[in-house]
Parts: sequence; structure tokens; C-alpha cells
Amino acid sequence: MNPVLNLSAADWLQLFEHFASLSLLAVGGAITTAPDMHRYLVSQLGWLSDSQFTSSIALAQAAPGPNILFVALMGWNVGLNASQGAAWWMQGALALTGVCVAMLGIMLPSSILTYMATRWAHQHRDMLAIRAFKSGMAPIVIALLMATGWLLTVSHDQPARDWPLYLLTLLTTLVVWRSRIHMLWLIGLGALLGGLGWV
Amino acid sequence: MSAPEAPNQPQSKTDLFVSFSILALQGFGGVLAVVQRELVEKKKWLTREQFIEDWAVAQIMPGPNVVNLALMIGGRYFGLAGALAGVAGILAAPMVVVLLLALAFGGVSDSAWAQGALRGMGAVSAGLIAAVGLKLISALKSNPMGMPVCIALAAASFGGVGLLRLPLAWVLLAAGSAGCLWAYVQLARQVTRKEQP
Repeated sequence: MNPVLNLSAADWLQLFEHFASLSLLAVGGAITTAPDMHRYLVSQLGWLSDSQFTSSIALAQAAPGPNILFVALMGWNVGLNASQGAAWWMQGALALTGVCVAMLGIMLPSSILTYMATRWAHQHRDMLAIRAFKSGMAPIVIALLMATGWLLTVSHDQPARDWPLYLLTLLTTLVVWRSRIHMLWLIGLGALLGGLGWV
Repeated sequence: MSAPEAPNQPQSKTDLFVSFSILALQGFGGVLAVVQRELVEKKKWLTREQFIEDWAVAQIMPGPNVVNLALMIGGRYFGLAGALAGVAGILAAPMVVVLLLALAFGGVSDSAWAQGALRGMGAVSAGLIAAVGLKLISALKSNPMGMPVCIALAAASFGGVGLLRLPLAWVLLAAGSAGCLWAYVQLARQVTRKEQP
């Protein structure tokens, strides 16, 4: 069952503040702060049900676009929970309020900081320290990309069952590395194989 | 010695918005792999070297990486308005799609075939991201630290994050400061060599 809420303006402000406080901690993607969102929204306040929380993340990952949109879906669900039984336009309005509050909260602080910092760095791009930073970080960035691919793969940790999945990842890596095939074909193939239960 | 400039650049704020929208709508399971292909290989707004540099910054700053990248590229060419156009481009269209999906299939994402499809797509997107890493290795040839040092740093970072599962912040701090210091020493040597031929 989804919770039925009656939210005041102060509650919306509290929701904004929570996402805003997580915004600057979200180094390496907002998904790293998901456990804290769960603690707050599901366990502490009860504004979202457990299944609303999980399906927000799952849906945002399945849909195109940045995964940060799971935050928009959480706001959407809070808005729906706050307007149960109301007219459809009222539900829509509150759900969209939830989307705006959650997205502005998670995006504003980090975006302002990034904008200011990168502008400063671009204006001083010939400084030795800045050039050293960029050169020094380059191999680490490349390693982190490969580590991300690796971690996503080994998060499926039962080789006897998951080996077709490993094979699919390996084949994708080789094909994309060596050819110019459009990625959507590969994603579609993955969805098909997965949906049929073959991987 | 400055890095070669990219062959192309965004023509207008509309170009930024539309390009990032198209790119974001292709990004199933994360946008990173598409970003590299669209911005570096197709549009040529960035060279491989510039992409790595920008990606390093986008990753270190808080906030979603691809949104940070759109913000940086937009801001570089068209200031604050460009940054907003880039961010709006990468978020607006996918947000509409994801909300429509939520309206249509609120509960479907729990079903067995949807979970299976997600599993398959996840495996493909893991491969896409790893392939981007492989493609970018060639950009290290022009790195002032030299290839052997680059490989050692990359191997240490991969081992730390991928095998030992250390927190990302630790690895960035340890490997990052070692890399930046060594790059600083090498760049400073290049400068002195140029001044005293």
C-alpha cells in the first residue's frame, strides 16, 4: 500500500532541503546517496513505500537519459501520495510539484558549484597546476570507466547462473571498441535476450 | 604547448539543447557511452584528450557526471545561458519520457520479463562503458607523464576501486594526488627546458 499524506509547504521545503543537502555529497553520481534517501523518505518519514522507492530507481535505469531522473520519480510519487483521492488535475499538479522540488534540490547546489569552479578553471587553463591536474587525472579517469564496467558485471555474483551475462558484456565491449555499430541495437539485443530469460 | 583544438563547436544555444536532447534520448542505462560517441566521434566538439580532461572534472565535481559535462560545455561557449541550455537538453526530454512511463507502467517494472530485460540491458551498458575506457587509452600517448607511469596509475586505480572495493573518494585522493604531483613535475621540466635551450 502506498502511504496517504497531507503535506504542508513546510514539508515540501523539508523535502527540498534534504535533496539539497545530498547534492554536494553526490560525488560519483547521485545513486551513491540512494541509501540515505531510503533512510529518510521510506524509513523515517514514510512518504514513500518500499516498492515505490525501488521501482523509481529501476524505471529511471530502464528509461533513456541520465539515471539522476530516479530523483524526479521519487518526487513524483511523493506528490501522488500527497494527493490520493483528489481530482486528476490536482494529482497531476502535486506530482509535478514533487518533481520540481526534488530535482531542484538535488541539482541546484552541485550545478552552481560545478559552474563556478569550471569557469574559474577554464579562465586559468594555462596555469601549470591546472594542466597538471588534467594530465594527472587522465589515466585514473580511464581506469575508473573500466572499473565501472567491471563492477557492474561482477555485481551478478553467481558464475554458474550469470555466465551468459558476463559473455554478453564481454562481447559488447569488443564490438563497441572495434566497430561503429549503433549502441541502440546492442541495448535492444540485451533487452530482448534478458526479457526472454536467455541471459 | 597547448593541446590541439577540437574541429567543431556548437553553433548556438539551440544547437546545444537539441544535440544534448538527442544524445540523452539514446542513453539507455546511462548516457556516458553515447556522450563519447556523439561529442567526440560524430560532432567532434571535443578531441579525445579534451573529453578525458572534461570527464575527469565532471566526475570529481558533485552532481551527475553527464549533467556536469553538459553544463561545462554549454558554459564554455555561451556562458550561463549555454550551461542552462545544455542541462535542459540533457534532462528535459528524458524527464518527459520517464514520467510518461511512470504513468503508463507504474507497476510493470516489477514483472519478471521487465526485470529480465533490465538485466540484459545492464550487461550491455557495462560493456559500453568498459569499451569507452579502452577507446580512450590512445589519448594517453600525448600525456606528459609518459605511458608507463600512466599505465601504473591506471592499474592502481582499477585495482583499488574494482578489486579491493575501496571508496571512490580514497582512490581519487591517493592516485589523483600522486598523478597530479608527477604531472606537475614533468610539466615544470618541459617549461624549464623550453626556456633554456
